[in-house]
Amino acid sequence: MTVLDLEQLSVREINYALHHRDSMESVTLVNPGGAHNLAVGLDWPGEVEIRGHAGYFVGGMNKQATITVHGSVASSVAENMMSGLVRVRGNASQCAGASMHGGLLVVEGDAAARCGISLKGGDVVVGGRVGHASGFMAQAGRIVVCGDAGASLGDSLYEAVIYVGGGIKSLGADAQEEEMTEADVVVVRALLAKAGLAEDPARFRRVASARTLYHWNADAQQEY
Amino acid sequence: MCGVVGLLLKDGTRRAELGRLVTGMFETMGERGPDSGGLAVFGEPTTGALRRFNVFAPRRDYPWGELATALGASVEAIENHAVVSLAGTAPDFRRWLAEYDPTLHLLSAGRRINVYKDVGAAGAIAKRYRFPVLGGTHAVGHTRMATESAVSPARAHPFTAGEDFCLVHNGSLSNPNMLRRKLEAEGVAFETDNDTEAACRLIEWRLRAGDSLEQALEVAFRELDGFYTLVMGTGDSLTLVRDAFACKPAVIAETDSWVAIASEFRALAHLPDVASANVFEPEPERIYTWTVPN
Repeated sequence: MTVLDLEQLSVREINYALHHRDSMESVTLVNPGGAHNLAVGLDWPGEVEIRGHAGYFVGGMNKQATITVHGSVASSVAENMMSGLVRVRGNASQCAGASMHGGLLVVEGDAAARCGISLKGGDVVVGGRVGHASGFMAQAGRIVVCGDAGASLGDSLYEAVIYVGGGIKSLGADAQEEEMTEADVVVVRALLAKAGLAEDPARFRRVASARTLYHWNADAQQEY
Repeated sequence: MCGVVGLLLKDGTRRAELGRLVTGMFETMGERGPDSGGLAVFGEPTTGALRRFNVFAPRRDYPWGELATALGASVEAIENHAVVSLAGTAPDFRRWLAEYDPTLHLLSAGRRINVYKDVGAAGAIAKRYRFPVLGGTHAVGHTRMATESAVSPARAHPFTAGEDFCLVHNGSLSNPNMLRRKLEAEGVAFETDNDTEAACRLIEWRLRAGDSLEQALEVAFRELDGFYTLVMGTGDSLTLVRDAFACKPAVIAETDSWVAIASEFRALAHLPDVASANVFEPEPERIYTWTVPN
């Protein structure tokens, strides 16, 4: 196992080293100190462990790699992830998993506002709560929230589906609660298992788009 | 961008370390606000009728000795900043100061607060005013990237109003002029054209009218239009609020020994036992407040 120390190396040097691996050995980053842009743009099926709190964009644009943060993360963790796994053992700030195309983001604690904003694929599983406007304009993929969801959940949602285990403060424009089918329970059970969370999939509720915003409605008088 | 920081020590034995700990926070957030910066530090209260007045001079070689003689009061000065200890009220001292030398600017008044602010890089400001050796119970700081009003010492944060109250702001308000007109009609005087000053004076005006901080902030939630993460200090408390959209970043870290606020976690990474701290993001329009233990 290789250990890279943020007190000895710059973020640029760390990312250079991660991008130029000649073996599949796992890498541990120590003393992250909330630094931004750690382990971004990886295209390598190895494991990266980050021991401490990380800053903005950790694991952004990830492809293949398994990245675990043993701490909390700032805004936009795993933004635009293509594949692989990013796991946050603590809490995440806003815009977790923004514009993700694939892969799995697990936040074991809480995620703040706009979790899964503009999700384009892949899955986001949050062990705790999510903040307001989560799932905003999410186009594809699935978001599983074990705790409560903040206001305006799924505002202007497209084809992504949100499963919520706790309460929902309010639904956003065009989001609606739908019946939880057997297929939904299977999906939630599989995602919880992948995330390593022991929750009962049967208690989750399904939120999806009512699709009323898909077409211009001249009679609506802008009353959406 | 701008950077905000706040630190309150729950552990009375750490009070001598306040300046050192908050300087690390302040300097790291200098990257978010390179044009000016400032720090409010709340320390042991003055006794009896004594107040501490912080005064800023445009000249670094200001003859503070003459001011001390004219006032017959104790003056502790570092370059263009002085702390005047005097029995009297803020309005009386402000009037006296304006008559004595209109180029002098009253930064703060109160029994516990000292305010240091200036243009320049955070590191240079911290060094000039010797932030690392300052002691106290809690502190509020700001590093500014000016967006809506000029770069000048008076427009640097923290802003103060009344006694023992200060506020720093990351964000932008869209209705400061409306608030200004409203408050001026209530007899509130403004010193700059800065949007943050409107928020500071609005909240302090409500506090002076007898509202609790919570009631004053409910008024602020209704009245302030725009984006804000606000950090406020009173004589015995540290408070944080964000607007309904919570676009401007903020992170709180809390242990049994301290609670710290910053725009980014990087500013907290050096704090003692931060690895075991509860690190979380504050919710929109929720009032987070901590009080200095007796």
